[in-house]
Amino acid sequence: MGGLDAGPVQRIEHEYAPWEKRTDAILRLLSSPKRAVLQIDELRRAIEDLGPGAYDELNYYERWIAAISNLLLEKGVITVDELGRKMAEVTARHEAERARGRAG
Amino acid sequence: MSDPHGHSHSHPPHPYQPDLEDAPLTHYQILELAVAELLIEKGIFTGDDMRRVLENIDSRSPADGAKVIARAWVDPEFKSRLMADTNAAAAELGIDAGTIPIHTVENTPEVHNVIVCTLCSCYPRLLLGLPPDWYKSRAYRSRLVREPRAVLAEFGTELPDDIEVRVHDSTAELRYLVLPMRPAGTEGLDEAALADFVTRDCMIGVTLPRSPDG
Amino acid sequence: MSVPRFPVGAAVRIRRAYPPGHVRAPFYLRGCAGAVNQIVGEMGDPEELAYGRGKGQPVTVYRVRLRQPDIWPDYAGPPHDTLVVDVYENWLEANGEEGP
Repeated sequence: MGGLDAGPVQRIEHEYAPWEKRTDAILRLLSSPKRAVLQIDELRRAIEDLGPGAYDELNYYERWIAAISNLLLEKGVITVDELGRKMAEVTARHEAERARGRAG
Repeated sequence: MSDPHGHSHSHPPHPYQPDLEDAPLTHYQILELAVAELLIEKGIFTGDDMRRVLENIDSRSPADGAKVIARAWVDPEFKSRLMADTNAAAAELGIDAGTIPIHTVENTPEVHNVIVCTLCSCYPRLLLGLPPDWYKSRAYRSRLVREPRAVLAEFGTELPDDIEVRVHDSTAELRYLVLPMRPAGTEGLDEAALADFVTRDCMIGVTLPRSPDG
Repeated sequence: MSVPRFPVGAAVRIRRAYPPGHVRAPFYLRGCAGAVNQIVGEMGDPEELAYGRGKGQPVTVYRVRLRQPDIWPDYAGPPHDTLVVDVYENWLEANGEEGP
């Protein structure tokens, strides 16, 4: 990254969204000395393993949660099947809340 | 009339309220919620642990770093301790700067320091809060090490050529904090007043502290 | 504790090597010469930790100071501008030339 050509520094700042802070919190909890489920250096490696395209296609915390998920799968902390089912559950719950919201 | 306490709520209590209930969640937002819920179900951490970390994240801001800098400006012995062990010096002021060692680098009439992490986005979060977007941007991380003076100029910081610009690329388990020079015209001000001149950006080194002239 | 291989002030060069995998020495500094500014101490080897290994094998970390023109021959600013970088000992080699 250092020394590569790039345009002006865009001094934009956004408020961190709750899901971004939660992603940060997940990492802090997993990497705390007490739990040591993963190391920060493993996260850096896992982000690199997402490939060069990930830097352009995903935003910062998207890369984090993608890399954290891959590490948890590699380590057997969670399984692909569990994650698939839970993601479907989360989606369904959110869609139901949206429907209730639209109904007033 | 609205009643903030007694209103009936249609949602069941749940630790993870969607960010924007009207919008569909993105794939990565779904992934985050699913991962967090699975980790809680498996007992890796609890919802309370999560809440405490989120509170801790929200409690940190550049005001913490500014307190440290202002104290160093008024107390030379504190400054010596800050330069020797920043984490311990911050603890004297009741600020838990964590276990990753923070090195303070001092600006002088001869040297101007500025911090970057070309590796990722290492940042003294426990003294400054979460980093601004630009600090994590490709442009800042690529260019600061190559053309620091041009980047500083984009932040409005023009430094004479006789000053050494010293870029710190943070690539190990160390964090850096810039101790800016106390602005002229602040003689006699107390610590709390001085802290108002200490901005986040001057502790990263891309700007100088506010000036009393405005 | 291992004895640091390089003292403060030693002229060093960041090794020019391009292995695949998680590498901690910044790409743009490989092959560049500088001088040891400070010995930070021992830290876990990030290139092992990145793969979930290596907690027991600390490496000495140095802060190495380089002159900008020694990194970028066409550096636009004054020649006394510098860069200080954290480097793990396995990425350093002795350099005969004078450092900054």
